Amino acid sequence: MSQTTTYLIRGARVLGGEPADILVRDGIIADLGPDLSAEGAEIVEAAGLVALPGLVDIHVHLREPGREDAETVASGSRAAAMGGFTAVCTMANTDPVADTAGVVEQVWRLGREAGYCDVQPIGAVTKGLGGERLAELGAMADSAARVRMFSDDGMCVSDALLMRRALEYVKAFDGVVAQHAQEPRLTEHAQMNEGEVSDRLGLGGWPAVAEEAIIARDCLLAEHVGSRLHICHVSTKGSVQIIRWAKSRGCDVTAEVTPHHLLLTDELAESYDPIYKVNPPLRTAEDVQALREALADGTIDCVATDHAPHPVEAKETEWANAAMGMIGLETALSVVQHAMVDTGLLDWAGVAERMSAIPARIGRLAGHGRPLVIGEPANITLYDTAAERVVDAASMVSKSANTPYRGMRLPGRVAATFLRGIPTVLDGKVQ
Amino acid sequence: MRHLLSAGDLSLDEATLVLDTAKELAQVGGRSVKKLPTLRGRTVVNLFYEDSTRTRISFEAAAKRMSADVINFSAKGSSVSKGESLKDTALTLQAMGADGVVIRHGASGAARRLSNWVDGAVLNAGDGTHEHPTQALLDAYTMRERMGRLDGLRVAIVGDILHSRVARSNVLLLRTLGAHVTLVAPPTLLPVSVAGWPCEVSYDLDEVLPKSDVVMMLRVQAERMNDAFFPSAREYTRRYGLDGDRFAQLPEHAVVMHPGPMIRGMEISAEVADSPRSTIVEQVTNGVSVRMAVLYLLLGGSESGIGN
Amino acid sequence: MHAQKHADDGDESRAVLEGPEIDRALTRIAHEVLERTKGGADVTLLGIPSGGVPLAQRLAERIERVEDRPVPWGSLDITMYRDDLRLAPARALGRTEIPPEGIDGRTIVLVDDVLFSGRTVRAALDALGDLGRPRAVQLATLVDRGHRELPIRADYVGKNLPTSVRESVTVLLKEIDGRDAVLIGPAKPRAGHAGDTTVQSTHAEGDNR
Repeated sequence: MSQTTTYLIRGARVLGGEPADILVRDGIIADLGPDLSAEGAEIVEAAGLVALPGLVDIHVHLREPGREDAETVASGSRAAAMGGFTAVCTMANTDPVADTAGVVEQVWRLGREAGYCDVQPIGAVTKGLGGERLAELGAMADSAARVRMFSDDGMCVSDALLMRRALEYVKAFDGVVAQHAQEPRLTEHAQMNEGEVSDRLGLGGWPAVAEEAIIARDCLLAEHVGSRLHICHVSTKGSVQIIRWAKSRGCDVTAEVTPHHLLLTDELAESYDPIYKVNPPLRTAEDVQALREALADGTIDCVATDHAPHPVEAKETEWANAAMGMIGLETALSVVQHAMVDTGLLDWAGVAERMSAIPARIGRLAGHGRPLVIGEPANITLYDTAAERVVDAASMVSKSANTPYRGMRLPGRVAATFLRGIPTVLDGKVQ
Repeated sequence: MRHLLSAGDLSLDEATLVLDTAKELAQVGGRSVKKLPTLRGRTVVNLFYEDSTRTRISFEAAAKRMSADVINFSAKGSSVSKGESLKDTALTLQAMGADGVVIRHGASGAARRLSNWVDGAVLNAGDGTHEHPTQALLDAYTMRERMGRLDGLRVAIVGDILHSRVARSNVLLLRTLGAHVTLVAPPTLLPVSVAGWPCEVSYDLDEVLPKSDVVMMLRVQAERMNDAFFPSAREYTRRYGLDGDRFAQLPEHAVVMHPGPMIRGMEISAEVADSPRSTIVEQVTNGVSVRMAVLYLLLGGSESGIGN
Repeated sequence: MHAQKHADDGDESRAVLEGPEIDRALTRIAHEVLERTKGGADVTLLGIPSGGVPLAQRLAERIERVEDRPVPWGSLDITMYRDDLRLAPARALGRTEIPPEGIDGRTIVLVDDVLFSGRTVRAALDALGDLGRPRAVQLATLVDRGHRELPIRADYVGKNLPTSVRESVTVLLKEIDGRDAVLIGPAKPRAGHAGDTTVQSTHAEGDNR
């Protein structure tokens, strides 16, 4: 990729503050301040746009290798750029599973070749996600992909001893285990949040306790062995309370929440349209409120999309037979603006922390989540907070269209994304 | 075109219209020509993804008595068993010009999904653990015939409420019709949010029986004990089975119902099932009349007579 | 009840028959039935809901008074045999009550309030055929307003009432409407249009159209 073009981003409000110009040259922020000289630079008009550090998503499914009909590393990273992301961490539940150095290096390399954002593979905790034997975690850590996060996402590491060992083992290379908290026996035949709606609809219940029990156990385990623990897609009020308690005890736990759990509730299942089927399931309005407050007060550290593309036929079917998951990369920032900023719970500096700086730190992604100051890598997202759009599933950059927001009016639009000084999105279009 | 997807979709007037219509249509079974020309030229597809001979033949008899053309489409040995999706099957039915589709499916919400994909009327003949509205209608019909009224009637529904589409539809419909329902089951076989349902709940059958005009026993699969819903079939029967002794606790006028298929010796003893106060055989007969009424009201006119 | 409303509206409807004339017409029909059926020993009267049913009952009472023996009467709903079912939303059914004597071998006198196109009578003949095999079927109507669309005629007519198709004929009966009268007014929307889904209103439409 050529690095010859110099860009002058004119009049952007850095983290929502006063307008300033940003000079991007040789992949870094070369200058920053009012009324910079435009000489030799291509101008990017950014009056009124908010400048954020390039967003980081530590939880996506890009389906390659194995389900290239739903998404590829190339299509998924384009969707990520479209959403303002400059780095994504891909989950291990591919086919073959990313449980060896070979597979993680393949994904990492595909990401580099695509060039839309940094694609950092997450390694499986157990072989084949089988939950029985540890995968070769060290080999993945030592590979070219330099894996630091490990997760059996989609499956819970439910065996307490295995979880303890994984937490301990990854300390050797500053790793972290990202747990998909789901007690398997309590969620047999689970289809949606267990409660009034599931009882009425006759759909198998996924009780909050199945998530909370695992989170409580793992926080205690992590504390006991002095390890770093990350909790994927927290979805219940009870989970928030447990994480808050664990942090108060000094447990080194971090947690993420998805945009959809910040906005949508289980009542959407009344249509039996599996576009709303996701794991963990959409919960109640009370849970949504608790998650928003937890993200605001730092109990939940960051936002991650759990972007989960599925082909049409996996969703145009009966609820019970449909795949779980929804895409989210291209709508994440809009949903966060709607749920957190427009409600007064977060300012743009807070969004930058939770969608860039903190997730980069959790994932140990060097060069991402850095402040927008002179000398830092030019990973920049320009966002038009005043724009508005009706979500159109067909126009998604992702290969899949399973967005639960289709037809919804959402605020904001990513105007441009820069990855180390190179625009991956300009004028709202993928470059 | 409207559908019958949930018993909860029926207003009091609509539910009463179905029962009154069924009452008139019941006469057809006793005539020399057991057939009405009403649905001549209309096509009704029985789309059965689950084996349920009794429900299928009940709908088939109802449709044929109304002179509809009936196409039976069972999942076994058809394109469905070869992996065809519900949506593709729906498009096939649509292309064949089905005016009504009666669907029995193992997945909750399948009837609702189907209604998005076909123009014809969809009749839910049981979807997973969700609902079975025509069963609730025929149960209400049977109660009204036996007891003369539904308003204020005290109905106990006993058994595996958690997995029962019959219970869900009955709770909704009986409430609309003014009856008082009490669900009786071990706590493991009740939904967690049952306290919010429009009915009473009890764990004690013996306490409920003397205060009941109607007792509806639901089938309980013995295999449920493998998932720890109860310790053993024997213990279930001892605590929740309707045997002769418990039957004697019922008021003189009370009747016993069962949607079938029943497991004699599990939830109901043979002597109770065969008693003159058991309505089990009538329920089957009434099922045809009620389904004729629903088919007529959904398909007989330019638009549905219910659900509008 | 719809008919009552129309009558009370004070619109252009005018009464062409009042209670006493209707009484006389029914009495005459009762005598004609006895005459034509030679004493009426095997006669069963079947009224077509809803207007025909009270008329059948009244005729039965009159014959009984003359002959001093009970005359079987009942009702025959023809909804399921109508040829215009698909032109209107699904309707509630009227009652069908066949007296215990049945219809096999009997002389059935169908009774309706208004004879118009003849389609109702056609449906009634089909319904009868599915119930059994009468020896003969005859037709009595309080009002014959003409405009037949089928080869059907009445055996007993209370009053021939030449009308325009742009007019409506409404029969009010004590048992249903609280008073007896036959009204002529401007045509109302026909069955198949809004507000005509109840049996109560169809009797007033004339010929169950």
